[in-house]
This record gives sequence, C-alpha cells and structure tokens, in this order.
Amino acid sequence: MDFYLAAVIQALCFGPLVMGLFLSMKVFNIPDITTDGSYTLGAVLTAVALSGGHSLGYGLALSMLGGAAAGCCTALIHTRLRIHALLAGILVMTALYSVNLVLLGRSNMPLLGYPNLFTWFSVFASEDYNALIILLLIVGALLAVMSYLLHSDFGIAMRATGDSELMIRAQGVNTQRMKVYGLAIANALVAGSGSLMAQFQGFADINMGIGIVISGLGAVIIGDTLIQTLKVRSVAVSLGCVVVGVLIFQSLLAVALGAGVDANLLKLTTALLVLAIVAVPRAGAFLQLNRR
Amino acid sequence: MLQLEHLRKVFDRGKATEVIAVNDVSLTLEAGSYTVLIGANGSGKSTLLNLIAGSMMADRGRITLGERAIHRLPDYRRTPWIARVFQNPLLGTAASLSILDNFRMAALRGTRKSLKLGTGAAFRELVSGRIATLGMGLENKLNQPMGTLSGGQRQALTLLMTIMSGVDILLLDEPTAALDPRSAREILEIADRIIKEHRLTALLVTHNIHEALRYGDRLVQMESGRIIRDYRSRDKARLDHAEVISWFDYY
Repeated sequence: MDFYLAAVIQALCFGPLVMGLFLSMKVFNIPDITTDGSYTLGAVLTAVALSGGHSLGYGLALSMLGGAAAGCCTALIHTRLRIHALLAGILVMTALYSVNLVLLGRSNMPLLGYPNLFTWFSVFASEDYNALIILLLIVGALLAVMSYLLHSDFGIAMRATGDSELMIRAQGVNTQRMKVYGLAIANALVAGSGSLMAQFQGFADINMGIGIVISGLGAVIIGDTLIQTLKVRSVAVSLGCVVVGVLIFQSLLAVALGAGVDANLLKLTTALLVLAIVAVPRAGAFLQLNRR
Repeated sequence: MLQLEHLRKVFDRGKATEVIAVNDVSLTLEAGSYTVLIGANGSGKSTLLNLIAGSMMADRGRITLGERAIHRLPDYRRTPWIARVFQNPLLGTAASLSILDNFRMAALRGTRKSLKLGTGAAFRELVSGRIATLGMGLENKLNQPMGTLSGGQRQALTLLMTIMSGVDILLLDEPTAALDPRSAREILEIADRIIKEHRLTALLVTHNIHEALRYGDRLVQMESGRIIRDYRSRDKARLDHAEVISWFDYY
C-alpha cells in the first residue's frame, strides 16, 4: 500500500508540471521540450537556495522565476528568430544542462538536513499522509489559480492565440508576446514541480529531468482522452482531467513496477506506456473502420 | 477618413519572380462611405487590404486615418480603428472557444486583456441581445464552441463581432466567397445594415459583379496593382451588369 501511496505522492509532485504542459502543448499548441531542463533547474535552484541558508519560500520563488526565465528564452528564440518551437526548446534544454551543473557545482546534492515543505507542516504522524495532504492543498490551489487565469480576459486571449492566431491578432493581441507569457508560466510551473520533487525525495540530481517531458505528455494525453470521452468544455474541468491523468499514469507505472518490471527498465516502460496510451484510441478507430 | 498615399508593395524584389502587387495607389475613403473593390485575380486587391489592415507593410507610401499616420503600426495595433472579415469564414473566429469568449475578445479589441473575469451575466446579456438581431437562433447557444457552427453562421458572427467595440473602418475581404448563395446574401445584408447603423467606412472586395453593383456607393477596379476605374454614387448606379463584365474581357 505504501508503494502505491508513494506513486500518488509522486504523481501530485508532477501536478504543476502537467498543468504547465497542458498550457504549452494543449492551450498554445507548442511542443515545448524546455521542460526537461526547466524541471531540473527548479530542483537545482531550490537546492542552491536551501544550502545557501535561505528560506524555503525564497527557494520556491527562485525556482519558479528560473523556470519562467527558461520559458522566456525558448519563446523568444521561437518568436523573434522564427525557429521551430521544438528546436528552440531543445536548444534551451541543452544549454540548461550546463547551467544546472554550474549552479549546483556537482552532479548531486542531498537536501536531508534542510527544512522542506513536508517537514515544515505536520498534522499526521505518518510522513506520507502529511506529504499527501500538503500536495493535495498545493495542487488544489494551483488548479484554482490556473482555472481563474484561463477564464479571465487574459486567459481567453491565451487560448485564442493557440487556436487561431490570425483571429486574435485581428482583435488586437500581440501573439508573440502572448507566447512568451504562456511559455514563461508553463515553465515556472514545471520548475515548481522540480522543486517539489527535490524536497520530497531529499536530493537534487543533474539528471532528474531526463525524459520528464514524456511522463508529463503521457499524463496530458490521458487527460485529453478523458476530456474527449466526457465531452468536457470548461477549461477548469479540463485542467482537473489532466491532473487525474497524471495520477492514472503514475499508478500504471507503479503497477508495472509492482508486477516485477526491472527498475532499470523504468524509462523503457514509461515510453512503452505512453506509446500504448497514444495508440489505444487510434487502434479503436482502426477497429471501427474494419467493422463498417 | 482613410487616406492611402502612393502605396507600393513589391514581392520577391530582384528575383525572376518579382511582382509589383500594389503600384503607386492613392485612394481616399470618406468617412461613412462604402466602397466596393473589384479586379481580376492577382490585381492587388487583397494586398491592398492587407496593407490597410497591417498584415503587410508597404514598401513606400503613407496611410492616414483622420490625422493619424498608421502605416508603421503592426496589425494588432491598428485594431482600435480597423476591423476585418476574412474570406475564409473559419479564420475570423477561434473554433475551440465558445461564442461568448469570441465576443469577449472582440469587445476588448484594441484594449488590454486583463486578469478580470469579463464574461459575466451582464456581458452575456449584451451579447445575447446582439446575436438575437441575426435571427439565427444562436442567442441561446453562447457556450457552444464556434467550431460547431456552419461557415455562414460563423461569418455572420464575425461581422457582428466587428462592432462590439467602436471601430471606424470595416474591411470585408471576399466575405461571401466560401458561402452558398443564400448565406452570401444574408451576410451582405447584415454587413449593409451594420455599416449604415454604425456609420462605418467600409471597403468590400468581391468577385461577384452582382454584389458589386447592389452594395456600396462607390466602385473601384484594380488591374496590375493600379486603380484603373473609379465610379462614384450616381455614376455607379448607372452601371449595368454587362458593362462591368466587359471590363474583365481584355484578352
């Protein structure tokens, strides 16, 4: 049971990340690979802040600002230099690897002696339940903030930018600037996830971001499938679906590991799982086509 | 009053494919006038419209709106004064957004989109009232995504969206080219009504001679990037279908 609880806690740590990916990939229609780098950046900045004797709030704010800056870089390369978003993201992600290494000063930093969100607040005797409650509160609050944002006039303009650029420019919106804001918010959320994860697992590692975009994507796709099947129209509920998506995705991974899949094959399992999730709806359509 | 002075736009300059799309065009659209622009394909009509809207920047020339020079502004900064309806009915609205959200953006054309929640009951009522004037029964479907509507309905809503904020100039770029004859007639009737009620300065690009004769108070023909014919109100009214068709038979 603890094993699955850990999976749920890990999934909730990914909550901000999947909301960020939903924003960049679904709302803005931009495949943003910066994620791998900005996630690690979030963890690294938190580690640097804590080890430098700063407070936790300072660390979290620093992480999110760093993520936002990374997102700005990708968006500016994409919009100003007209480079494909995918390439812009890969460039920034690659550069961030060195930035992270320089910031951290080594490849791994344990954070066990420092205060973190989970020790800072304790109601239950069990650490896991404490973590669960705190993460539920954080993810819930973020959901509320993001739903408000996407329903506001600014949010409608963001959604329109991803939908029909020509239309929203004709309504007086600078779509280039909108994309910069969007990717900044998305990557701030991703970095927030990195910070949460570093605090939860008690260390920051230079390689912790590798392949994280795929895990996030898997969750977003599950969320999207939920949105399609339930015919969700409200953006707030869509965001909720994506958070449910990450819970399902991490649970599936936990089931696979529980069933005896070698932990060394974790990334392979993740990739195959995402492939399966992408393929299943298509296979369904294929079968229906045969039936006709 | 919209004034175009010696506008020029060249594509692929210096290459074998060089085209002078708009060649030294000067045109004054008086406030409240409704001008129809016709011309063969490639005559420069759409380019001229793009220059006015700001989707393209002129190589030379000035555009002034009243006292204000606007030719250096990008398209999204001309929107407080200029609204546009596209040829493709799917381009004027955002498909995944609800009708209400689309109208909200139109209502804020040219002003900042802030962090306020603007789609409350009061705004809903305003939009519902405006949409009811179309008589299409869409006023009760404000939460429906735009993408679920037909091309004619979307074009009608796009037109209505242009007057959600106080614009001066309405650019209609072959708004009926993708529509069936009945929807086309409806759209142009709505446009006519809107232009008169709000005293807009309008410019309609069309390939349909019937439309060109029926609507507007001025008819301008472009050819090879230049304006070659310009008929004002009474002269325009005297034109007949066959004569206008003959303008295109120059081969």
